[in-house]
Amino acid sequence: MAKYLLLKHYRGGPTPVTDMPMLDRWTPEEVSAHVQYMRDFAARLESTGEFVDSQALSPEGTFVRSDGEGRPPVTDGPFAETKDLIAGWMVIDVDSYERALDLAAELSAAPGQGGEPIHEWLELRPFLTAPPTITE
Amino acid sequence: MDEAMLRSLTPGVLGVLVRRGADFAAAEDAVQDALVEALRVWPDDPPREPKAWLVTVAWRRFLDVARADAARRRREDLVDEEPAPGPVPETDDTLRLYFLCAHPSLTPSSAVALTLRAVGGLTTRQIARAYLVPEATMAQRISRAKRTVAGVRFDQPGDVATVLRVLYLVFNEGYSGDVDLAAEAIRLTRQLRVAVDHPEVSGLLALMLLHHARRASRTGPDGALVPLADQDRRRWDTGLIAEGVEILQTALSRDRLGEFQAQAAVAALHADAPTAAATDWVQIVEWYDELVRLTASPVARLNRAVAVGEADGPRAGLAALAPLDADLPRYAAVAAYLHERDGDRSTAARLYADAARRATNLAERDHLTRQAARLNTR
Repeated sequence: MAKYLLLKHYRGGPTPVTDMPMLDRWTPEEVSAHVQYMRDFAARLESTGEFVDSQALSPEGTFVRSDGEGRPPVTDGPFAETKDLIAGWMVIDVDSYERALDLAAELSAAPGQGGEPIHEWLELRPFLTAPPTITE
Repeated sequence: MDEAMLRSLTPGVLGVLVRRGADFAAAEDAVQDALVEALRVWPDDPPREPKAWLVTVAWRRFLDVARADAARRRREDLVDEEPAPGPVPETDDTLRLYFLCAHPSLTPSSAVALTLRAVGGLTTRQIARAYLVPEATMAQRISRAKRTVAGVRFDQPGDVATVLRVLYLVFNEGYSGDVDLAAEAIRLTRQLRVAVDHPEVSGLLALMLLHHARRASRTGPDGALVPLADQDRRRWDTGLIAEGVEILQTALSRDRLGEFQAQAAVAALHADAPTAAATDWVQIVEWYDELVRLTASPVARLNRAVAVGEADGPRAGLAALAPLDADLPRYAAVAAYLHERDGDRSTAARLYADAARRATNLAERDHLTRQAARLNTR
């Protein structure tokens, strides 16, 4: 088994396949169906033993860096428009890279307006693991 | 073996050791050892007085460790001065633990963890699960908290308000898995109320009970948030409501109003209304006036604006909202609601979407997104 990180983005990434408006432009029923799809997806992976963790993230993020000792950290202010914002993640633990691709594709097909799949871009990142213990 | 009984005895035993002069961390270790011993011995040989048994074993254990410790001489002096363990007096030592665990030198998260451990008798694993952090992380947090209060002596009563704040923090953490923190907070507040005669303790207990009574109706079958006005009132726990109201009334009759009593009064007025429309908003505004007078809290002012909007119309609500800081949590959601009721749907939709972006939990974010969606698509 190997762990993968599935990243959902608020924006950034390749050009979207569909010209989908923001979630708050959908009908409440479409929003509910979308949320339910992701919930069902996670529940199903729990039952197959492939679910590890998932979390949603707030769109409000700040870049921070040290500006030297004794000085306040530098932040880029509350203007987040230009950043590639991560909306949330799911960690899965699967047998193969192919399985990880399949699951990412399935999650990407969550329903949007009119119940049609949104085909959003998801980022798939394998976890680096600790080096194996060599026993002679 | 009755685990709940053991858990209820733990804080009392710990309290006796601390009062006898044991360092908090060492006392805690000794009590844990005594509990393990109890699990081993009691099934075959149940004690007549479980608490006295635990005190004796824990104190002996503490002495063993203390004698072997580097600071042997200092602790032996202590032992010489202290009376030998005998019958356990029925003074409530648990109270000391409450004040110790809510000590101002602790951060809120440490205070909460230590309270759950020492007063609540929860295991580190249970607390870790409730907070969704690894057990090792929680163990560190707790032992750091223990070190922080290691030298604190208790010869004066602590600040009840601090203890109540910690218990309210526990309550608001909700629950996950095998530990229901809301229920745990209620249990601890009940226990505190027996020990401390202060109307605000009753106020907090009433507030918790009245909130807890609505719990089943607060989320839909799909986990979505159900706002107060839309909740199925038949699912409210009338037993808890009756108890909460009675406790509150007794507290209010003592004429020493505090913020928890005022908040509980608002909750009681909601619980008392047969329908959302029949809510006595005028009285709720009056209680928020009291709350603002008591705390000057911006959150109280924000809630007051909602109540004003219901009592005197959305324009009045917006006027009450105007002087407040727009960066307050939930400000945008409140403004959205009042603008919608005032007929300005597009402003309301924009503000709901804005509020969704600022939401701090998933259920709230999804709820606010749906509100924006409802206005944008109709």
